[in-house]
Amino acid sequence: MSKHFNNPVIRWIDHRLPIFSYLDHEANEYPTPKNLNYWWNFGSLAGFMLITMIATGLFLAMQYTPHVSLAFNSVERIMRDVNYGWLLRYLHMNGASMFFIVVYIHIFRGLYFGSYKAPRELLWQIGVLILLLMMATAFMGYVLPWGQMSFWGATVITNLFSAIPVFGGKIVTLLWGGFSVDNPTLNRFFALHFLLPFVILGVVILHIIALHRFGSNNPIGIDTKGKQDTIPFHPYYTTKDVFGLGVFLLFYAFWVFYFPNALGDPDNYIPANPLSTPEHIVPEWYFLPFYAILRSIPNKLAGVLAMGAAIVVLFFLPWLDRSPVRSGTFRPVFKWFFWMLVFDCAMLMFIGKNPPDWFWQPFALHVAPSEDLVKAAGVADADSLGSFTFAGGTFGIQILKLGQICTLFYFAYFLVILPLLSIFETPKRLPLSISEPVLKGGGHAVAHANSKPMEKA
Amino acid sequence: MSLGSTILKVVTVVFGVATVGFIMAEPGGHIEIPQTVKWSFDGFFGSFDRKDLRHGFQVYSEVCSGCHSMNLESYRNLEDIGFTPDEVAAIAAKVQVQNEDPNDQGEMFERPGKPSDHFKAPFPNEQAARAANNGALPPDMSLLAKSRAGKGFGAYNGADYIYALMHGYKDAPADLKMNPGMNYNEYFKGHQIGMPQPLSDNAVTFADGTPATLDEEAKGIATFLTWVAENNLEQRKHTGLKAMLFLVAFTLLAYAAKRKVWKHIH
Repeated sequence: MSKHFNNPVIRWIDHRLPIFSYLDHEANEYPTPKNLNYWWNFGSLAGFMLITMIATGLFLAMQYTPHVSLAFNSVERIMRDVNYGWLLRYLHMNGASMFFIVVYIHIFRGLYFGSYKAPRELLWQIGVLILLLMMATAFMGYVLPWGQMSFWGATVITNLFSAIPVFGGKIVTLLWGGFSVDNPTLNRFFALHFLLPFVILGVVILHIIALHRFGSNNPIGIDTKGKQDTIPFHPYYTTKDVFGLGVFLLFYAFWVFYFPNALGDPDNYIPANPLSTPEHIVPEWYFLPFYAILRSIPNKLAGVLAMGAAIVVLFFLPWLDRSPVRSGTFRPVFKWFFWMLVFDCAMLMFIGKNPPDWFWQPFALHVAPSEDLVKAAGVADADSLGSFTFAGGTFGIQILKLGQICTLFYFAYFLVILPLLSIFETPKRLPLSISEPVLKGGGHAVAHANSKPMEKA
Repeated sequence: MSLGSTILKVVTVVFGVATVGFIMAEPGGHIEIPQTVKWSFDGFFGSFDRKDLRHGFQVYSEVCSGCHSMNLESYRNLEDIGFTPDEVAAIAAKVQVQNEDPNDQGEMFERPGKPSDHFKAPFPNEQAARAANNGALPPDMSLLAKSRAGKGFGAYNGADYIYALMHGYKDAPADLKMNPGMNYNEYFKGHQIGMPQPLSDNAVTFADGTPATLDEEAKGIATFLTWVAENNLEQRKHTGLKAMLFLVAFTLLAYAAKRKVWKHIH
């Protein structure tokens, strides 16, 4: 369906290559629910971050040398001698954190408003695939500066694959390109780190195609019923997204210009040294919840599987949550469990930061090293303290145990709570249409007294 | 409100409070590094105090550089902190460095340092450094102020650590068994440090006549090493200010545009 353009050049091109018609259709005409709130800004912000990472990464790659004896210094040369190299590098380095912040909010938005439900199951699954690709890309990117955490993080994470029966050892050798993390590892990680963002870009295009098939979900979670419920994406959501972008950029710039290293590990400013292991090998913050799940299971293979399952379970989410109501706004029980999940993930993140044998003393607002409590309790070793202790005068719970409880809740949310809620929860009555609560001026979605409960099949 | 829903809400709130409590919990086990000095380079408008930098450079040249390398820093960068090109050339020329390429006879030769050279290391390699230092390796100083910072937002910075370390030499407590050749330091991990107390009152004589107290020396070297670790700190903060001002204006305009476009949608 081609559109008539006034500009003759555009018309000439569009007749042969309907790119302008396509853009017009996908942006100008594209009907979007008129009630999207600011949580819906994070999709476009994620797209912005992907482009930012590719752009800054490209210019960094022009200056970077992927060799074990040169990589660290080449990054420092970017920081010191390349014009505005420090800016490029800090944008890229903090950009990874920003990308994950944005994407995690985007995911939780989807979880709350039921954006994974029919007919958007594939859209959701493509999104989970993007998350997986992002994690792989971020992990390999972190290895490139070849600092202590780069090296030891790479060693720990690649070693996880050795838990896989039969093929494990072979896979690890393949990842390393040898028998330890070394120059071949750095080379292939650099090559893959350059490649994967473009794979992500491709999958993002699929994500958008799938999105545009049925359009955005919305805070009420009911389908749009016609023109009165929708507005064109442009100029309404373009202006809203640009405003959101401004706010986000202020946040991003705050880190880049004033606290560029606060989100990273100081140890990564020490060149990689295979002979000296850092005291605590801790991944970047965005991997901490998964790291906590990994550690909470004492068996290596089971731990790796649990970590993988934490993502894989998201692929099955559309069929685990069978409730016909999408939006958490109309699910009085679900909404509380959702917030528990948010807290649970925050807990897991900070659990991943702490050594597993330490103790959290909630009433003393303190995380205590096990040695201190061993001394206070007068026992032989940390094992005799158990998982819960009153040593040190106040209640303490072992980080490992806390991690196990939180891991249990994480999986229970998806595998037990959501399926049960689909059966036992009585949702609130849904409004008849998007325009209804909006037109009633309340802004708050309350069903009209005589409206029939409207549920999605 | 049914009993079930009350319980659910209470559990959620307790979970939320516990989470906040856990995130706020003070991690034990590490040595408390005091953040007492108000650094000239801290804050949104911070810039290096030139006097501290000069003091620090002098301390580095006369004390630290005897054992510590600073491989990533070039002499030419000293121009950024107030040394004239002539002064920099004179500083660089004090050392003899091996030329990168051989002469016409194919022999490697030494020449006086140039401003474009990196700071000359005191030892040719790690083994030589360890041999001269009782087996301990004096770390390269180029990134010390970044790699020794505390973890996370609001943690102490590298300068706090270096400053504390310079003040941390004390007599070892009676119950601590010191290894031979080690020195007790309150702020060093494990409290046993190979480096003997490097700075004390009048360890140097400041060229500008400032009394060389331990405090002044420590402040100087901590500031200088922060600059060494982050040559572009001042440029970063200046650019940051411009970027923030631009972004505030941009965001306000974007908000106004959004309001205008959305005026009739409700």
